[in-house]
Amino acid sequence: MNKTELIDRLMELAAKRFDKDAEALDPQGDFFELLGIDSFQAMELLTDLEEAFDVEIPDYELQGVNTFLGLAEIIERRL
Amino acid sequence: MRSRLPWQARLLARRLEGSIRERLPRLEGSPPAHFEGEALSYRLEGETLEVCLHRGPCNEIGTTTLEELEQLAALLRAGAGGARAMILHSTEPKGFCAGADLRELQAGLGLHRERGSSRWVAAGQVRGFIDRIHAVFDTIDMAPITTIAALHGFCFGGGFELALCCDLRIADKSTRFAFPELRLGLVPGFGGIPRLARDLGNGVVRDLLLTGRSLSAKRAHEVGLISQLVGRGESLRVARLVAEQAARFDPRTTAAAKRFAKPLPREALEREKDLFIELMASPVVEAALRKFVESDDLRPYLP
Repeated sequence: MNKTELIDRLMELAAKRFDKDAEALDPQGDFFELLGIDSFQAMELLTDLEEAFDVEIPDYELQGVNTFLGLAEIIERRL
Repeated sequence: MRSRLPWQARLLARRLEGSIRERLPRLEGSPPAHFEGEALSYRLEGETLEVCLHRGPCNEIGTTTLEELEQLAALLRAGAGGARAMILHSTEPKGFCAGADLRELQAGLGLHRERGSSRWVAAGQVRGFIDRIHAVFDTIDMAPITTIAALHGFCFGGGFELALCCDLRIADKSTRFAFPELRLGLVPGFGGIPRLARDLGNGVVRDLLLTGRSLSAKRAHEVGLISQLVGRGESLRVARLVAEQAARFDPRTTAAAKRFAKPLPREALEREKDLFIELMASPVVEAALRKFVESDDLRPYLP
C-alpha cells in the first residue's frame, strides 16, 4: 500500500466512523475540524486505525498531529 | 440429646441451621438487591447481580457515584442478595468509565483556595474520599462471588481501576485502557497500580503509568489484561454467559478459590493512597486540573 492509498483508506475509515463524506476530506486539512470531533472521538478513530491497519499507535506519537497526512506517516512507520 | 438423633436428622438440622444463618442477614434489614440511582442501578437477574453505570458523559466518578457504589458495597457485604455472580457494565455510549470526576475535584480544590485553606487541607478532604473509594473497591475485589466487568469504549483512570477490581474483564473491540494520571501530576489513587501489578506484573504497570498511553482491547488481550475479546456491543451478552457458567459451581468452592487466587495487596494499596495524597498537595496538580477543566481545545489533553 503506497502513501496515497494509505491516506485514502484512512480518510475512508474516518468518514465512515463519523458519518462524513470522504470526498470532502482533505489530506492536509485539520481532521479535528473537518470531522468535527473532540479528544474522546479522536481516541475512537485511533482504535479504528489500529484495528484496520493492525498496528499499535501510542497516543503520544499523535501529539501535534492534526492532518490525515500526518496520521498516515505515523501508520506507515509501523506497518 | 442431639447426638442421639439418627445421622440423617443431625445432617438435616445442620443444613437448616446453616440455611437460616445464611438468610438471617437478608431478613434483618440488609439492603435490597434492587436499586435505581442517579449514577448507577442494579438488580438481580436470575442468580446474577447486574450493575449498570449510567451517568453521562462517561460515568466519571464523583461523590454521587461514590455514594451509590457504597450502597452496592453494603449489599455485597450482606450476601449480594443471594447472587452467585456480578456483572459491572455501562450503558453510556462513550464507554465503561472515563475515571474520576476531574471537574468536581477541581471545584473542590478551588473552593478551598477561595476560603484560604492550604493545599494540605484540601488534600485532607481528598483523603476522606480516597479512603471511602478504597473501602468500596476492596469490597468488590474481595466479594466471594465471581465478578465480571463487561467493557466498551473508555476504561480510563478510575474506571480502569474499577474494572481491575473484577475477577474477569470482557472487552469489546472499542475498549481502550489508560492510566492518564501522570498528565495531571498524579498517580492512580483508587488502587489501580497494586491491582494491575497483582494481575500482570510491574512491566505493564510501568508502561501504562510512565507513558500515559492507552492500550487497545486487542493489545490488552495479548498482555492478559482481559480474559475475552469480543465484537463491538457484545461484551454484556458474553459476560452473562460467563456469569451463568460461574453460577454452576459450588459457591463455597468459588469463594475459597477466589480467596486463594486473588489476595488483596493491602500494604501496596495503603502506600498508593499515601503517595496519591502527598502528590495532591502539589501546585502542579491544581494547575493541571485547571488547565483540563478550563480548556476548550478539541485536541487531546496533553501536557
